[in-house]
Amino acid sequence: MPRPAELPAPEPLHGYQLRVVQEVLLALLAADPAHGYQLRARLALALGPLAGALNDGQVYVTLNRLEKSGLVTSTRVGQTDRPDRKVYTLTNAGRDRVSAWLKDTSWPKPAPAEFHLKLVAAAAAGLADPVGIVDRQRRELLIGLGEAQRAALAEPDGSVAALLLEGVVLRLQADLHWLEACARYWNEARKR
Amino acid sequence: MTEPILAARGLSKEYGRGPALVRAVHDVSLSVGGGESVAIVGPSGCGKSTLLYLLGGLERPTSGTIELAGEPIHERPEARLAHLRRHAVGFVFQAFHLVDELTARENVELPALLAGASPRRARERAGELLRQVDLEDRAEHLPSALSGGQRQRVAIARALANRPSIVLADEPTGNLDTAATTEVLRLFEQLHASGQTLVVVTHDERIAATANRLISMRDGRFVGETRLTGGTARSLTEMAGLES
Repeated sequence: MPRPAELPAPEPLHGYQLRVVQEVLLALLAADPAHGYQLRARLALALGPLAGALNDGQVYVTLNRLEKSGLVTSTRVGQTDRPDRKVYTLTNAGRDRVSAWLKDTSWPKPAPAEFHLKLVAAAAAGLADPVGIVDRQRRELLIGLGEAQRAALAEPDGSVAALLLEGVVLRLQADLHWLEACARYWNEARKR
Repeated sequence: MTEPILAARGLSKEYGRGPALVRAVHDVSLSVGGGESVAIVGPSGCGKSTLLYLLGGLERPTSGTIELAGEPIHERPEARLAHLRRHAVGFVFQAFHLVDELTARENVELPALLAGASPRRARERAGELLRQVDLEDRAEHLPSALSGGQRQRVAIARALANRPSIVLADEPTGNLDTAATTEVLRLFEQLHASGQTLVVVTHDERIAATANRLISMRDGRFVGETRLTGGTARSLTEMAGLES
């Protein structure tokens, strides 16, 4: 079977993830200098069951990068029973960056346009039933909602990570409401 | 597959006649196996609540057959139907339908007493169930002294009193706010995990997401069915924005 032609690779992602980890690490250093492992533990606590997304080296790689950019400095602290550990301190440039970040109101983009246009194009070209496309998408989101919800229910009372999971649940609910409206519209359109 | 707990074939329910004829449910077939959790979703007025009442023997179909726990309930006389409803079915309603003059514990005891259990046995069972829904400390409260979420938890405990073969729930979170919905959601997750067979009619996608089968209904008919198992293409970390 011939392979479908590949689309050109998208621009390398300047991921939300990487940016956020940089800013978060800087902000966590604003009160006191800290070891890399302390910062990592703080992040892991905030992410709860999602902490697996944070790979082990990422915090250290990011701290190195921040040091090269002059946003943090490090000093080695000798330990008797283990190799030396680095303690990181925020520089003035780092502090400026943190306050700019806290004031920044940019927000991850919700993206209904692509799916909307997919339905319009599918209907216009007679390629696929938009209602069927909506139903498949709804299934995906409901499975995601079920997972997020079970993860949230498994969190202990007062867990900060539960708040993150609640955010995932609420966004999926909003998307599912919109899919409901899509189903209604395209179902009616089919009758016209 | 083992014998289904519930099997409906060619089910229809009509109201009125002539030009005023309404087909609330139109030629619906459904089979529910033991331990399955089925969510029926659809816009208001699509016939999903009527269908649930037919399945539980609260209303009789205009045509079609329903077997509940092996018994053809569509042809059973009212007395036998009432007996089956008490023993084989647990109902959960949107508006709770608790008896206002009875305490939470008494409400949960009631179905067992009606089914002929001794007062002592009924009380023990009510105690177990109130523990299960985490309302032991509210056992002696009247429904009016309970929050909406607590009332629905009492209603769920009551539905389980006679260890029903199937629980039928009609918009169980329809009257509840977000926090109370979470309480009910937790119970539905537990019920499903414990192997309780469940059919829930809902337009709350959070409740629908607890099911393993999702059926869409429109204008009295089933228009789609899908299994909510087998994982998703997007991981939780991706949905949370931790991976792009």
